[in-house]
This record gives sequence, C-alpha cells and structure tokens, in this order.
Amino acid sequence: MFDDRYTLAYKLYPYERSADQDKDTPVRHPVVVMGGGPIGIATALDLGLQGIPVVVLDDHEGVGMGSRAICFAKRCLEIADRYGCGEPMLDKGVVWNVGKVFHKDDQVFEFNLLPEEGHKYPAFINLQQPYFESFQIERLRELQAQGAPIEIRGKNRIDNVTVKEDHVVLEVSTPDGPYTMEADWLVGCDGASSPLREMLGYDFTGKVFQDSFLIADIKMKGDVDFPTERWFWFEPSHGEGASMLLHRQPDDVWRVDFQIGWDVDRKEEMKEENIRRRLDAFLKGVEYDMVWSSIYTFQCKRMDSFLQGRVFFAGDAAHQVSPFGARGANSGMQDVDNLGWKLGMVIEGKAPESLLDTYNTERVHGADENILNSTRSTDFITPKSAMSTLLRDSVLALSEHYEFARPMVNSGRLSVPCTYDGSALNSADALDGPARTRPGSPCPDVPLGDGYLLSKLGNEFILLTIDTDAPDEIEESGITVRRLALSTHDDPSLLLKERYLGDCPAGVYLIRPDQHVAARRPNFDENQIRAAIRRATGKE
Amino acid sequence: MSDLILTPNIDGVDDFYAELIATHEGLSDADSQALNARLVLVMANHIGDRATLSQALAAAALKSEE
Repeated sequence: MFDDRYTLAYKLYPYERSADQDKDTPVRHPVVVMGGGPIGIATALDLGLQGIPVVVLDDHEGVGMGSRAICFAKRCLEIADRYGCGEPMLDKGVVWNVGKVFHKDDQVFEFNLLPEEGHKYPAFINLQQPYFESFQIERLRELQAQGAPIEIRGKNRIDNVTVKEDHVVLEVSTPDGPYTMEADWLVGCDGASSPLREMLGYDFTGKVFQDSFLIADIKMKGDVDFPTERWFWFEPSHGEGASMLLHRQPDDVWRVDFQIGWDVDRKEEMKEENIRRRLDAFLKGVEYDMVWSSIYTFQCKRMDSFLQGRVFFAGDAAHQVSPFGARGANSGMQDVDNLGWKLGMVIEGKAPESLLDTYNTERVHGADENILNSTRSTDFITPKSAMSTLLRDSVLALSEHYEFARPMVNSGRLSVPCTYDGSALNSADALDGPARTRPGSPCPDVPLGDGYLLSKLGNEFILLTIDTDAPDEIEESGITVRRLALSTHDDPSLLLKERYLGDCPAGVYLIRPDQHVAARRPNFDENQIRAAIRRATGKE
Repeated sequence: MSDLILTPNIDGVDDFYAELIATHEGLSDADSQALNARLVLVMANHIGDRATLSQALAAAALKSEE
C-alpha cells in the first residue's frame, strides 16, 4: 500500500500524524513543497529563513541510498552557505584540482584547474548526495528549533492535485489513510520523473539524448594510493563504452562511471560479476569492495514553462541534463535561489505576482544554457557522425602535443552560474566596471579581513557601496534595502577592486537577495536607485 | 614573419566547435571530406604567410616537437 520506491540511507523524518489529518475542512498553507530531495529541502530552507510558513511533503522518510549527484559547484555551495549549511559540506567534501584525460587508454594530457584565489568556496567539491541532503536536514532542524515555520512530513504522498484560480487542492496519502490539504502555492521538486508533471499533464520536451551510465562506488583494499584527481577516458578499451570517469569521494570511496549506451540489458549489466569484469579490466589486480552501484539513464529535456498558474517546478522536475558538467543538482539549487525571495515577497505583499514570471524567464535561460553545454559535451563524447568522430579524435591527438587543442576537449564543462543578461529585473549598466559583475551576474566572492563578501550580503536586498557615500537604509515601496559600505582598503588582496570596480574609482551596486547584481552605478543617485529597486521587484 | 600560434587563441571555442560540427551535419562522408579540404584552403589563404603555413603543415603532421 505504501511501499518505499528506494532504500533509505538515513531515516530522518519518520511519519507522524499531522493535525491537518484530523480537521473536517482542509487546512490551507501558504506554500507546499512536493519532494524532500536536495531541491525541495533547499526551498524549505530559503522560505523558512524568510519566516514564510512552508510544508514539505515527501513520500519517503529520509534520504535515499547511493552517492548519485557527487559534484557540487561553487555557486551551489555559496547558496548552501546562505542557508547556513555550506561549511559542513565543504569540511566533508573532497577538493580536487588536477585532471587527466585519456584516449583509448593513453594519457593525452593533464591539467590543473588553478582555482581563482579569494573565494570562500572552491570551484567544486565531491560529496555523496546523502551527505549533502543530511547537512540540509540538520540545518532545517536547527532552524525549526529557532522557530522557523518549516514542517516536513514523511510518508506523505501527493496522489492528486487540483489547480484552482488562487490555490491548489492536494489529495495526500499516508500510512493512516488519505487527507486533503490546500496550498496557495505548490512547488514541485519531485525529480526527473516528476509525478506532479505527469498528474498535471505538462510536456517535457527538447533535444533528446539517450544514454546510460553504470555507476560503481568502490573502496580499494590494502595499500593503494590513487591520487585525488579526476581521470576521464574517451573510448576506454577496458570500459567497452564511450567514456569512463574515475573520481574520488569522501570516506575513501571512488566513483567509477561507465558510459555504456542506451540499448543495454540493465539487469545483466547490474550483476556484480559484470560490474567487476569492467572494473577489473582497468584496476588490474587491485582488490576492492563494492559500496553501491546503479544504472543511470538521462535525457536532455525541459518543460516549456517552470511556472504554471499556482504551481512551480524546480530542479530535475523542470529540466534534465546529461551528467557531464555537474549541472543537475547544481542548477536545481540555483532555481531555488531564484524562486525563494520572489515567492517570499509576493506572499508578504511586497511585490506583485508578475515578479514570479521572472522565475520562469531567468531559470529557463539557465536551463537552456545548461542543456546547450551538456549537449555539446555529449556530442564530443559520443560523436554522431564519422566526421564528428574524426574531428574529435583529431582534437585529442593534437591535445597531446599542443596546448591550443586542450580547451577544445570537452568531457563536461563544469557548472558555472548563469548570468541573467537581458532580465526585466536588471537596470541598464551605468558603471564602466568589469563584465563579470554586470547586471544579472551572480556576485563573485571577495575576501574581507577574516570573512567574505557573500556572507555579508546575506538574504536580502543590499546596496553595496565601494568608496562612495549613500544612506544606511532606503525604503522603497515596502522594500527595505540595507547599505553595506566597503572600501577597497578593506581588501588588501585588491580583489574587491578587481572584481567590482576595474578602473573605476568607486561603485554602487544594488544586489538581489539571491546575490545577483540588479543594478550598478558610479555613485549613489537616489532616483536611479529607487527606480532600480522597483524594477528588481517587478514594479517598473 | 610570425610564428604559428599553438596556444589557445579562439574566444568561445565551444561555440566554434559546435558550428564546425553543425556545418558538417547531414553531409555524406565524401562531401564532409570535401568541405574540410575547402576549409583548409580558405584558412591557408587567410593566414597567407608562407613560413607560418609550413609550420602549420608540420604541426598537423605532429612533427614539430621532434
């Protein structure tokens, strides 16, 4: 009747009967989140931090087994940091900088990411998804203890949704039987096969790739000293597939991904002897234990719109990409980052509902960027024609000899945050500053004494002034914007100047709660800044 | 005379690569090869410099490092 679809790694929110189940009339909540994965929990953290009541319904009672998403990018960690759970992720995660690329078993080149200095978080960490989710839930419990209006209900499965003009009606199954609840807004974070999307009959379309990956997590026995590097094989002889990836995770676990094609006998491939046959071929005599294995299939698709009346879609439910570039969970976190403050302001009556349309436009832009990058990586790794294969092999051959060909090698372009160029929320760029901080950009971090810039920005609208004056607080149509006054002298490394001013002597930035730049100017101009605040909140 | 550039020199190299693949899309193998040959000649003319062209020929033959 209520069977688990997967095994749990940690049971963190066992079913408890809620008072809603005993009411004669359905209880109405401002926001219900469908799905307790990383994206659903992030949504709860974002809204909970704003004091917006939110109920998460999950059809399981905790975090699923298996490493699954393992590569968490800088922006994703910065968002987690804003929610208060980035640091334990960084502490537990594995940081790597060196990568090696192989073609048909021969190494063609080695690279070092040479990470840019002056950021609290590295370009990315490797961390098993259950850890990522556990740290989120720990933070959620902490916020609950502090009085944040977050509720999470395990073994509460939404079986039916009726969308009304100004709310949705949810039929929910529990081990105690069904009940009905209502929500002003529903956020679907229920994953790539989204039952919500199915229930409401929305299309999930796009350029379709079909491929599968055999994932094996292994722990090597004895004195094996594999370096903490990313090793990527094109056409490995020992993998019998298009590509293979070896990557280190915490707890001395190694992730091996074999790309094995679409038309495979999943049951046959999943047999331990067959997985071991693939592993043995390249580990040559090394003893290892199998920790977890799975077959993962993907398609590159997205919904036409991530906002359908009173229902939002976020994460894999809204868009799915190939795993090359780690753009799945990372882009889902950016969805939540974008949606949270907008929904919060609309619920509190501080912004018109039209602000929510920009969640759709901005995140569709992000999804398309991710799909484009992931499509190109897929085309490079599994060329679709003889000429495409010849060109790819030529790039690999040249990359062994010449530096110029190395940037052409595409084994996944690692997730970087999207800049919302052309967004209706942006004001025209009035500062002749660096391109990376133009309106629409996510703010790059900067070291400030013993802290970092992004931690000082927090979760609200900020007026950042660098070496220029402005009022400490501005109130515009119900939005309070606090000033953060900095000087280039606050940062001896001069990165604040490099990243935010360039050759300009001073600058004023209006920064959104999701830490994207809304407007920038050389100085404080009250009328212009007030107009920028109205524009950034959908009022202009 | 200038030296052949063998360090990264194309802005937006992924865009270029995607366009290159797209230009070949739908062509037969023979037509694809003919396209590549024409492309070599067009690019060679653009480079113009005889010494650079010789260096490019050697580089493509993977001989330059010996």
